[in-house]
Amino acid sequence: MSSIATVFTRSRKAQTGTSLLRPSVLLAFGALGVTVSWALVPGLFTSYDPIANVGPSLQAPNAEHFFGTDSTGRDVLSRVIYGARETLTGALMAVAVGFLVGTAMGVLSGSSHRSVDEVLMRIVDVLLAIPSLLLSLSVIILLGYGTVNVAIAVGITSIAAFARLSRSQVVQVSRSDFVEAAYGSGGSFGTVLWRHILPNSLTPVLALAALQFGSAILQISTLGFLGYGAPPPTPEWGLMIAESRDFVATAWWLTTLPGLVLVITVLSTNRLSYAIQARRNA
Amino acid sequence: MWSYVLRRLGQALLVLLVAFTATFFLLHYLPGDAVIARYGSPQLGLSSAEVAEIRASMGADQPVWTQFWLALTGFLTGNLGYSAQTGASVSSMLTTALPETAALTLTSFLLAVVLAFTIAFTSTFGRFAWLRRVMRALPPLFISIPVFWLAIVLIQIFSFQLGLVPVIGASDLQALVLPSLAISVPIAAPLAQILVSSIDEVRSQPFVSVVRAKGASTNWLLWRNVLGNALLPALTIAGLLFGELIAGAVVTETIFGRSGIGRMTEQAVANRDMPVLQAIVVLSAATFVLINLIVDLLYPVLDPRLRKKVRV
Repeated sequence: MSSIATVFTRSRKAQTGTSLLRPSVLLAFGALGVTVSWALVPGLFTSYDPIANVGPSLQAPNAEHFFGTDSTGRDVLSRVIYGARETLTGALMAVAVGFLVGTAMGVLSGSSHRSVDEVLMRIVDVLLAIPSLLLSLSVIILLGYGTVNVAIAVGITSIAAFARLSRSQVVQVSRSDFVEAAYGSGGSFGTVLWRHILPNSLTPVLALAALQFGSAILQISTLGFLGYGAPPPTPEWGLMIAESRDFVATAWWLTTLPGLVLVITVLSTNRLSYAIQARRNA
Repeated sequence: MWSYVLRRLGQALLVLLVAFTATFFLLHYLPGDAVIARYGSPQLGLSSAEVAEIRASMGADQPVWTQFWLALTGFLTGNLGYSAQTGASVSSMLTTALPETAALTLTSFLLAVVLAFTIAFTSTFGRFAWLRRVMRALPPLFISIPVFWLAIVLIQIFSFQLGLVPVIGASDLQALVLPSLAISVPIAAPLAQILVSSIDEVRSQPFVSVVRAKGASTNWLLWRNVLGNALLPALTIAGLLFGELIAGAVVTETIFGRSGIGRMTEQAVANRDMPVLQAIVVLSAATFVLINLIVDLLYPVLDPRLRKKVRV
């Protein structure tokens, strides 16, 4: 997933404008703003309990229940709203795991002896060689099911991308004149790394983190759909869609509407990270 | 040239060996014992001596390194171990499941290539500006759609609303349509994006103006000069697309109830069947490494400019 994202940023450079005020970017900001506020204060947006029976079951969308109700009479919109917290915190955790471990590996690899570098990069090669879904499934089989374990598993799949990028950044920055000068004027390895190399290599890594966020949302909902995430009454987007699979023929809103929210959220995240990337490159 | 080939081959083998070793030791030190899990239940009525005998017959009482060596040579000779759940040989399980998944992934891949070319060509050479803009917006949208949701929406539309693909009693070919369509969408996206940008890049090169000035038509230019050059960058993501195909197979085979390797993977995780998952993980890593090796070796063959660089 991650390398697809990097491919995108490279090829979009030519065509996207540099302004953060383009209508599509503003829309993405708006959509993401809504999702984030759902996650922060879900109670403000719905008065229905996400796991309680609040009305007749399998009602089509109407003025009272905008997204309809599910097979046990729960309000679908309020489940989607409360589900935003589940999904966004999961994605945040996943990106944090990939970012911290990957960047540590990359920095260590780029700034230490060749033998250390070789060993770390072969580990990265192995991580890259295993398809990301299979890698996260292997981690889940070891750790067990659950929201946190799924987030860790998804995070582990992005370690390789962070490690490669941060390593190449560190190597690039270490060769520049001002780092040579910092060493020349008596700086120790630690201070030069902390004060010059790290701050200068961090920006592209942060851009990658933004991109990984969207892909983490997709992966987490896929694992939730397969049933490895949070247990059933939890309002998680992937799990909600899995639970209403049997009602596809009669109740289209149960799968279609939560899925649309998911697509719009991922699309907005991707749009924003491209915009940030384009601005940085300009 | 040969030293380059040998070095790449060595790297590939090393990656596979590390992947195998890592999964082996994770499996070995995982809490739980496959032999006890299968033969230790009181209903079978086996005495502890008999369980120990089974253990010895499977080599599970040997020191770790002997077991590691046996497992490694087993993998190399096609013996992938036994399922902790059913006791069936993993190699025979894989052989039964492989044709189903091969048909699905091949169809999806072909569909994705067709889709990617359509998007790339229409977005570059489309007659109307609005059409080109719509086409350029498709790949970012495609990459944001989860396969599991798309598959369900496709069932909703094509099976239940339009009644085009029967849910029950579909022919083999009919049953392939919806899952491969769902898998192909996220695969077509990066492919189309790479094609678009490399067509853009090649088109702006001086040699294209020269060929055009000599009187070549747009079609001639596209097929003879642009396409070949634009295809090369697409090769670099071949390994990546393989990973997406596997992920798509796991999801769609589960949704459509197809008994392929994806379904096998899903069930291995549900049953905590480590030997099965280990075999699938190691084999897909091997395929990924093999694809990348072929691409790396093929690149200088297809692009004469690289051939020189490698020799020097």
